[in-house]
Amino acid sequence: MCGIAGLIHKGRRANVGAEMTSMLQALKHRGPDSTGYAVYGDPGGGEYVMRLKIAEAEDMELGRSIHDRLEERIEAVDAILASHGAEVKVKERVRPYALRYVLNHDGDTGDMAGHIEETEGVEILSLGNGLELIKDLGDAGSVAEAYGLGGFEGTHGIGHTRMATESDVDIKSAHPYWAFPYNDVSVVHNGQITNYWIMRREMERKGHRFMSDCDSELLAVYTAHHLANGVQLEESLRRSIDEIDGVFTYLVCTRDQLGMAKDTMAAKPLVLYESDDLIAMASEEVAIRAIIPEEIDTHDPYDEEVRVWQA
Amino acid sequence: MSGISDAQLREMTQEERVNALGMTTEQLTGKSLYIEFDPDAQERFAYPWAPDVDFNKRTEIDAGDLTNTEVNSRIRDLMAEGYGTIVLHNPRGKHSLAVGILSRLNLIIEGSTGYFGVGLIDGPNVRINGRVGWSCAENMMSGTVVVEKNAGSTFGAAIRGGDLVCRGSVGSRTGIDMKGGTIIVGGDTGALSGFMMQRGRMVVCGNAGKNLGDSMYDGTIYVGGEIRSLGVDAVTADLTNLDKEWLTRKLTQYGLMPGDGVDHFTKIVAGKQLWNYDNLEPNEKKLIL
Repeated sequence: MCGIAGLIHKGRRANVGAEMTSMLQALKHRGPDSTGYAVYGDPGGGEYVMRLKIAEAEDMELGRSIHDRLEERIEAVDAILASHGAEVKVKERVRPYALRYVLNHDGDTGDMAGHIEETEGVEILSLGNGLELIKDLGDAGSVAEAYGLGGFEGTHGIGHTRMATESDVDIKSAHPYWAFPYNDVSVVHNGQITNYWIMRREMERKGHRFMSDCDSELLAVYTAHHLANGVQLEESLRRSIDEIDGVFTYLVCTRDQLGMAKDTMAAKPLVLYESDDLIAMASEEVAIRAIIPEEIDTHDPYDEEVRVWQA
Repeated sequence: MSGISDAQLREMTQEERVNALGMTTEQLTGKSLYIEFDPDAQERFAYPWAPDVDFNKRTEIDAGDLTNTEVNSRIRDLMAEGYGTIVLHNPRGKHSLAVGILSRLNLIIEGSTGYFGVGLIDGPNVRINGRVGWSCAENMMSGTVVVEKNAGSTFGAAIRGGDLVCRGSVGSRTGIDMKGGTIIVGGDTGALSGFMMQRGRMVVCGNAGKNLGDSMYDGTIYVGGEIRSLGVDAVTADLTNLDKEWLTRKLTQYGLMPGDGVDHFTKIVAGKQLWNYDNLEPNEKKLIL
């Protein structure tokens, strides 16, 4: 089933970490396996924020040897960063298997990211000037607490509660997906993509990498491919309605935009609230009510509907 | 009704009650269903176990801190105490509120509900001063439900009777599999509305999405605005004076009568080139008798 949620404040900042947590916790019944956030702040000064995992949560049960391997992986990442001339301003080990870096870097971040992912067991969850992507097993409350999301100030974000269906219960199959290597782009999805393997092979032929077998990752790669080729977000969303088969509703964030697309059958839900200063959407209205308790007007976007909002 | 009291009926098993009420099994082209009336018997409008409520006895529930199960239990308890008018505050999009009400009741919901609100009802009059999520009033048998704002997809799925009204716009697959009753939409409706419709009438004052009435077996759809496309085996038909009179009466009843009348409405029926049922629903037989 899965639950998705998104919000964007227009022209102002707010505690989007706490807001997304409230929304996602209200959607827990749609997917208790894992919870993920892509929230957009601003580290300031043109710095990059990189979130990465160096193991799966379940790897922590492998015994003492895993800890030695994790240290080796961190050393390898640090060495690669240095080799690309990246200056590490902040390095936080948020969880034993999850790290957050704040970097100064003048080079090709895509090249650097690809190099880092050559390290066994390392996956970059996000890289960008505003995006911070956090995902882990458990519900929104536990993930937010573990990653200290309660006070995250920003402009917009998307999130996901996952009920694993076609792939494993692990972090790499959790949403959101970063649109590697396109900075600051993230995707959450509710649905099933039926031409996944055809589209995946097409994207792989074009040089894109996949880190999981989750069909939702395709949407991130597909979006990254279009954005990298100069296609605007709204046009990418429109093309996906024709080119991607299945039933889906998905949300995409860039550094200053939030977009949505709904498939031709409108078989996956989305409820939308729009005001002058806040746009909020979720699989169920109960999530929107979690942050706006007063009476409001909401509606369901129709089939093939595409919308994009600016922060 | 054959001299059987409500008290006696309550003591019976389901099978005994079926026989006592004249509900018999009838074979209909390979399918069976209960005929829930006896033409010689006295009319019975309420289930024998339905509470005897007084519409003038009114109370309120604050659903803000209650679960949906607690809200529904509270409604039943209040009906058992004879309350015939209940106002529900702070529903906050909760799912499955006010489901399974099989009795007369005036229910006013001050706010919006989530999925499957007022589903499986038979008799109550419900006004929702807010929006409803997916599958509002699914399997409704009788009564009225009026939604003041918008509604989600599968609005009125498989309803068999009653009037289901949304003053705003609704999502996709409105009235999917509907088997009777009336659905009225003041605004637009999405794709595949009336999909596999079998009986009943649907009125859409605004526009209809693609594949309207796809694979409908029977029933009638009226659309006041534009139709993006018709579905398989859905065809247009002449709007008769009887249609216009019925539309005028129904839309006036719910304050949705367009300023320019109903002459411009398009009538959609089944082409019946696909499968269709020739047998009437029990309540339709009752109307004919």
